Parts: sequence; structure tokens; C-alpha cells
Amino acid sequence: MEMVAVQTGSTFPVLNAMIVLPALGALVVVLLPNSRPEMMRPIGAIFSSMAAAMSLFVMTQFSSQDPGFQFESIQSWIPALGINWHVGVDGISLWLVVLTGFITPIVLLAVDPHHDPKPYTAWLLLLQAGSFGAFLSLDLFLFFVMFEIVLVPMYMLIGGWGYDDRRYAATKFFLYTMAGSALMLVAIVSVATLSAGDQGITFNVIELAQRQALSTNTARLCFLAFALAFVIKVPIVPVHTWLPDAHTQAPTAGSVVLAAVMLKLGTYGLLRFGLYLFPEAAVWGAPTLATLGVIGVVYGAIVATMQKDLKRLVAYSSVAHMGFIVLGIFAFTTQSLEGGVLQMVNHGLSTGALFLLVGMLYERRKTRVIDELNGIQSAAPIFAGFFTIVMLSSIGVPGLNGFVGEFLILIGSYDTRRWWTVIAATGVILAALYLLWAYQRVFHGEPTPTDEATPDLTLREGLILTPFVVAIVFLGIYPKPLLDRIEPAVDGLITHIENHSDYERPDPADPIAIDQHQLDEDDH
Amino acid sequence: MSVLPQLVFVGPSVDWWALLPQMILLGAALLILLVSALAPQRTSSGLVTGTTVCSAAAAWIATFGLWSDVRTEGPSASIASALGVDGFSVFFTMLIVIALIATAMLAHSYLDREGIDPPEFHALLLCSAAGAIVMASANDLIVMFLGLEALSIGLYVMIAMHARRPEARESAMKYFVLGAFSSAFLLYGIALTYGSTGSTNLIHVRDYLTAVVFRDQHLLLAAMALLLVGFSFKVAAAPFHFWAPDVYQGAPSPVTGWMASVAKAAGFAALLRVFFVAFATHEADWSPIVAVLAFITLIVGAVMAILQNDVKRMLAFSSISHAGFVLVAVQSASNKGTSAALFYLFTYTFMVLGSFAIVGAMGADGEHPLDRYAGLGRSRPILAMAFTILLFAQAGVPLTSGFVGKFQVIGAAVADRSYLLAAVAMLTAVIGAFMYLRIVMAMYVADREVEGPSPTLHWTVALVLGAVTGFTILIGIVPQFLIEFADDAVPVLIRG
Repeated sequence: MEMVAVQTGSTFPVLNAMIVLPALGALVVVLLPNSRPEMMRPIGAIFSSMAAAMSLFVMTQFSSQDPGFQFESIQSWIPALGINWHVGVDGISLWLVVLTGFITPIVLLAVDPHHDPKPYTAWLLLLQAGSFGAFLSLDLFLFFVMFEIVLVPMYMLIGGWGYDDRRYAATKFFLYTMAGSALMLVAIVSVATLSAGDQGITFNVIELAQRQALSTNTARLCFLAFALAFVIKVPIVPVHTWLPDAHTQAPTAGSVVLAAVMLKLGTYGLLRFGLYLFPEAAVWGAPTLATLGVIGVVYGAIVATMQKDLKRLVAYSSVAHMGFIVLGIFAFTTQSLEGGVLQMVNHGLSTGALFLLVGMLYERRKTRVIDELNGIQSAAPIFAGFFTIVMLSSIGVPGLNGFVGEFLILIGSYDTRRWWTVIAATGVILAALYLLWAYQRVFHGEPTPTDEATPDLTLREGLILTPFVVAIVFLGIYPKPLLDRIEPAVDGLITHIENHSDYERPDPADPIAIDQHQLDEDDH
Repeated sequence: MSVLPQLVFVGPSVDWWALLPQMILLGAALLILLVSALAPQRTSSGLVTGTTVCSAAAAWIATFGLWSDVRTEGPSASIASALGVDGFSVFFTMLIVIALIATAMLAHSYLDREGIDPPEFHALLLCSAAGAIVMASANDLIVMFLGLEALSIGLYVMIAMHARRPEARESAMKYFVLGAFSSAFLLYGIALTYGSTGSTNLIHVRDYLTAVVFRDQHLLLAAMALLLVGFSFKVAAAPFHFWAPDVYQGAPSPVTGWMASVAKAAGFAALLRVFFVAFATHEADWSPIVAVLAFITLIVGAVMAILQNDVKRMLAFSSISHAGFVLVAVQSASNKGTSAALFYLFTYTFMVLGSFAIVGAMGADGEHPLDRYAGLGRSRPILAMAFTILLFAQAGVPLTSGFVGKFQVIGAAVADRSYLLAAVAMLTAVIGAFMYLRIVMAMYVADREVEGPSPTLHWTVALVLGAVTGFTILIGIVPQFLIEFADDAVPVLIRG
């Protein structure tokens, strides 16, 4: 096979290594002798951390001036079909890659599977490899492969280490996502085939986005197929029902990775493929998708309030948070998109940490039912302290990371989607309602003797949670390093949309024009 | 004085070289029968299996020689253009020969376990392989029919050989009756083709159809319809699939694998050569009907599969839905579609042989309930992982050959602008995936006290399983060479 290596920025194919290394680690773990079960997770964590270190290296070498793709690398893969192994990173994917690198080693070290550590470690490593691949691929075929392959490890994790109803939850999770991506595969092939023209068939995302060869209606149909796959993954109401089941039945590690990394595949897919490949269709579909996002915000929050199971509550809070991100994406302003990308990272940190905390609580009490827990604060004050910070971040209290993201989304969306924003803003209040109420019931109140026996955090658990809290506070106070790198990429994306559709972004310097723009919108 | 013209029968020139693969296989069959008749005590099962495998390997090498001939000198035909040697026939010969090696090795331990005499079984297997090769390379409908019968008659006996199991006999009877029925359809179709075009030779048929415009083509349409029905029976396409689940379930597992892979592949080979090549001018007449067949087959295969509780029956229905996928490629009536169909059949052959090998190992008493697989993931992790890979491949999960096959089929359908059919195919794949997931879940999610099953695997079975699983992953990661091989194998008709 002919290898055509195109490297920018670095001669070492660092992105490829990031994908390959965890997979290699999985292989090594599988080959380890069964007689040394205690070796599995540390060795897995070493490989996983090496990949994470590479993601940090990419972060430091990433140029914030360049709005395009960096560290690009193309290798011919299936020349008969015009398919390449093509990876690259830009401001949109960079932080998701760093997040994936950050979460996996922590989860590996943090959560004890209780049985069969070998396959557990191997599956988690494959999940990391696949997630890196999905965020980094710039070839539609490669993306689809990665997008689908991450289902297998997660399915196995839920099925192998989950709770009582895991069989149902794992199958539902797999089939929902597969059903969504089934039509996306047809759309991928259609886009590549119909864009071929004289230039030959290609699955190169950048090339396809430049060609824009589809007719309006075809592009809209393809956009719908892509959007369906991603909307299920996000998930947006009404195709969200797999999420509470999957989260509740998954082992803690599965829940954390699912919330922190895999849900992002949906919103990332909408940005990278929905908006980039089909700008006109995205503008056309934006009102519907933004509406669904807002419905998700309100619905997720209301349903979360009603939950009796703490883990299920966090799962529904995910639905609400992801709704915000979808609104931000389909508001098409620099700020709203920036906020959307930032909020993906924030949600990964805060919800990931919440699932870890709920998992730790379950380890202590073997229950997650809110009514069976009382006054934990007096028994486990440090635990309660960590929980409070993470919860406040999830609510979006100023000074913590959640606020920055939600604020950017709301302020950015207000220009182009005023009423959507007004309704979504209530979601911030509802988040405070359900989380604080749950906190109050679990941590305050009169502890029973069993509650009083709840042990506090161990040093190890504290060390595991500390990076989350540091990141939450740091991003809340100083999000500039992230925003500096996100902004050129989303700005370029909006310019791309403007070039290929009749959408024009509102001029922030001219509030009257914004009002005029809004009036025009209303006239339609 | 009148001089009687001297009648001299001049036989067609025979290119023996082109017939080498079939002759090797038939020669081995005769050798096995002869040796077992002359020295029954000395014919051990190992010897017989060894003979079959060696002859298959020799046939493979001979086919390789033919392939290089095709590549350097182009396709050719032999025996008065009745048998073609082109990329297409080479492709299917290789597929059949590989499946033959796998089936012989799988049958080795099965026959020992069930106490069936190996020589007859292997002789019949070799004959039916030779029949399948003839069917795939025939340029003449009569020769094609001969190949089909050689394949089928071998199969009837192989299914029934397990005389102590009533369901084997029942299934042989069912296959025989319905097989005869479908042969009748096929023969009638051949007769009507002859009636409307004046020849059974596919080259003549094609030339005639290209040259002549029919004012009334009812006869030809009826011929095409009957041929299509006949082939649909053979490849188990709905609504002509009713025999398949029962027969697959009742037949010995190695024979089921052989039936699901080779009988189906040979059926599709014949279907493609007749319709895609000979009836190419009448594509507008047959392609929509094949599309409808594909549609029904996909839905029936997927929906019925998820209703089953018997693993062998599940896989039987899944093989029906795979036939639907191949039909999606066939209906596009394009080179790309044919190449996709070939790719799909090749990869599917490996998956289905491996799956039925595991089913055979797990069901030593002829029963295959899903519950029996509970806990296999703990008791036999490697076997469970191999089965999982084969099942995920059939579901079309990426990094397996099954995904590339589905991708190729969807590509062909989209290039032909059959978007709806492509979408239906993918959605039925999701429905079908539920069934595969049920099996995987049964293996991995079991109560901790459940002691998983530990079937005994003969080393031949383990070897075959390792090979097919490895191939499935390999093609999933680097499919390039098989895609090229399939692209080169688009059928042509050459006058010899």
C-alpha cells in the first residue's frame, strides 16, 4: 500500500499515535497472564495516560492563529473506494480530544470493576482509541467506522459490568445508535457519490465541504440523515429514551465516559459534519433543531426533578445540558458556537464528576435512591464538599466553568434566536431547582444510623476528584486559553455557512441591525 | 448411384486445462470411493479428510493458474463456449474451494462424533463442489442446470446421511421436494428461453436479444420470471425461502454451513451470469422485480430472525437477510453492483461457515436453544469472542468484513439511485442486529452462578474458526485486495 504522509506542524504522526496507542494497550492487556489481575488496570492506565500526554502535547503545540486543521496526516487506506486514513485537529475538536485523554485514565484508576479486570481495561482502552478516532477523523468513512466502533466497547461495558437491567439497557443503547447511523451511512455514500463529478469520488470532509456539489433538496435530505444519527447520540427529546436506561444500568466508568465523551460525538458531529458539509441545509433545519434543543432543556430539567434515583437524575440533567449546546450550535453566532464547544467540555467535566461521585456513594451505601439517603453531609463532609462544587458547576454558578459556557450560549443565541433563548434561560433556574433539591434531600436532613456510618472520601478518591475540581474552577475563572483556540475555528465555520447560504451573522457592533435582522426573521 | 454423405461427428475441442479444478475434485471423489471400497479397514477418517483437503488445495492452485491466464490473456471459453473461464468463474471457484477445505475440516470431527462413514460424505462433498464450480462458470443454461443438479443431489444425500436423526431425514425430504420443484421452474424457464431466442447458450441469447427487437416478448418475460423463481429458491430469497429455516435447522451443521455458503453463492453466480450478462438488454424488465425480491427478503429475514429462540434457526433467517443484501447489489445491474455482490458473498461465506461451526460444536445433541450459550463468555472467552466477532460482522459493525460488504452494497445501490432500497437495507440490518445482540448478550450477561458451557473443539474446528475470524477482521481493516479481486471478476461472455 502506498503511503503518502502529509505532516504539518510536527514530523511525528502524533494524532495517529494517539489512536493507535490505547488500542495497542488493549492488546497488551489481553495478552497479560490471568494470574495477575491487579496488573491490568495500572498497565491500561499507563497506555491511556501516554495517549493523554500526547493530547496535551497537541494542545501545547496547537496554533491559536490557524483556523484550519492542524497536525493533518493522510494515508491511503482503500484506494479502490477513494478512502483515506485522514486525521487532523482544529479548535473545535482540540478540547474534546484533550477531554477524552483526561477522562479515560482517571476512570481506569478510579473505578474498580470488582470482577474481570482484564476485559474491562481492554474495553475502556478501545473506547478511548475509538473516541480519539471519531474526534480526529477528517474522512467520512473513517469517521463512520470510529463512530460505530465505539458502540461495541460501551455495549460490552454496560452488559458485562452493569446493574440488574443491563441486558435491556445495553441492547437499547446499541440499537438506538445503530438505527440512527444506518441512514447516515446511506447519506455518507450519497454525498460522496453525488459530489464525485469529474474530480473523482472522495470521502475527504474538507474537500466535500468545498465542493458543495449537491442540489438543495438532496443536501437537505442528507443533512436530515446525518442530523438523525447525531440527535440520537446527543440525545435530543424525543429520541433520548436510551440515555437514562444506559446511564443508570452502566457501571460508573461506563456512565462517566458515556456522559463525558460519547454524548459529545453527537454535538461534535452536528458541528463538524452537519454545519460544515451542509451549510444551507443546516440553516434550513436550524429552527427545528433549536426548538428541539430548547424542548430538551426544559423537558430534561422537569423530568430530572421527578427522579427518585440519583443517577437517573444526573442522566436527565445531561439531556437538559446537551439541549443548551444544541441551541448554541444552531444559533450560528461566534459566541453561541464558542459557548457550545466550551459547554461540551464543561458538561464532560461536571457530569463526569457527578457520575463518579454518585458511583462512590453507591459503593458505600449500595443504593442510589434519594429517599434512602439522608444527612450524608455530617457523616461525610469532604464528600459533600466535592459534591457541592461539582453540583454548582453543573447548575452554572458564576465563577465555575458551567456559567461561562451557558452564558456564552445564551448571549450568543439571543441575537438570532431570541425567544428560544428566553425559554432556555429558564433551564438554568430549573437546574438549580432539581440539583439543589436533590442535594438537600441527600446531604441535609436527619441522618439515620446507617447514614451516619457512611465513610468519608478516602485520600485516593480525593486525589481522583481533585483534577476535576481544579479544571472546573480554572475554566470558571480563566476560560481564555480555550476560547482563544475555539474562536478562529468557529468563526471560520460561520463564514463558511455565510458563503454557502443566505445566512448573515448579526453585526455585534450594530444593535439596530440585530433588531432588523430579528424582524426579518420574524417576517419569514 | 447416390452417395450417402458420410456423417462424421466432430466433438468440440476441449480445453482440459480449463477444467482442471473440477477434474481434480471429481478425481479425488472417485479415489476416495475406490479406496474405501477396496480397503475399507484402511480408510481412516483422517486419510479421507486429508485427501479432500489436499485435492481442494490442488484445485486452488490450478485455479490460481487459470487466474493468471485470465489476467494475461483475457477471458476464454471452452467446450463449444459452454464453459467460461473469466475472472467471475475464477472468483467463485476460489470461494467454493476455500469453503470446501473449511467444510471438510469441520465435517471431520462431526462425522467421527456422530458415527457417520466419512468416505461417502467426502465423495459427495467433492461432487457437489464440482457441481457448484460448473454452475458458476457455465455459459450454457443446460450446463448450468447440470452443475446445479450435481450440487443439489450431493446436498440431498449429505443432509440425510445422519440417518438416526429424524429431523435430518425430514429436512432432506423437504429440501429434495422443494429443490426438485425449483429445478422444474428453472427447466421450464430454460425451455422458454430456448423457445424465444433459439438457443440455450448464453452468448447466443445475448447476441439474439441485442440484435432483435421483439414485437411480442411475453414468452421471454415468462422465461425470465421462471428462471428468477428457480434461482430465488436456490438462494433462499423471500417469498421462496420457506424451506430454508427448516432445512438449515435439521441438517448436520457442517452441511448447513456448506448449504448457506456454497449453494447460495453458486445460485447467485448463475443468477448474475444469466441476468446481468445474457439478459443485459432487458435490464428494465428484471431489475425492478429483483428490487422487489430484495425488499421482501430483507424484511422477512430480519423480522423473522428476531422472533426465533433457536440459534441455528436465527442464523438461518439471518442468511435469508444476507441474500436480500446481495439482491440489492444485483438489482443495480451495474459492474459496481456485481462487484459488490461478489465481495459480499465472499466475506459472507467465511462468516457463515464460522458461525455454523460454532453452532455445530455447541449443539452436540442436535438442540440449539439460546439458553445454552449463557455464560460462554466466562467459560470459553476465546470461543465466545470469535463468535462475537462473526456475529458483529454479520450485523455490519465496522472493522469487520461484513461492514465493508454492506458499504459496497449501499454504494452500488446509491450509484444506481436506489436510495429507498439502500435505506431499507440499512434499517433491516438494525432490526437484524437485535438478533445478533441477543446471542452476544446471552454469552456475556449471565448470572454469576451459571456455569458456562464448555464444548469440545477438535483442532480442525479451532483452526477453521481461527482462520475465518482472522479473515473477517483482516478484510475489515484492509479490504483493498478483495475489492480489486471482485472488481476484476465482473462476468463476461466470450465465444470459445
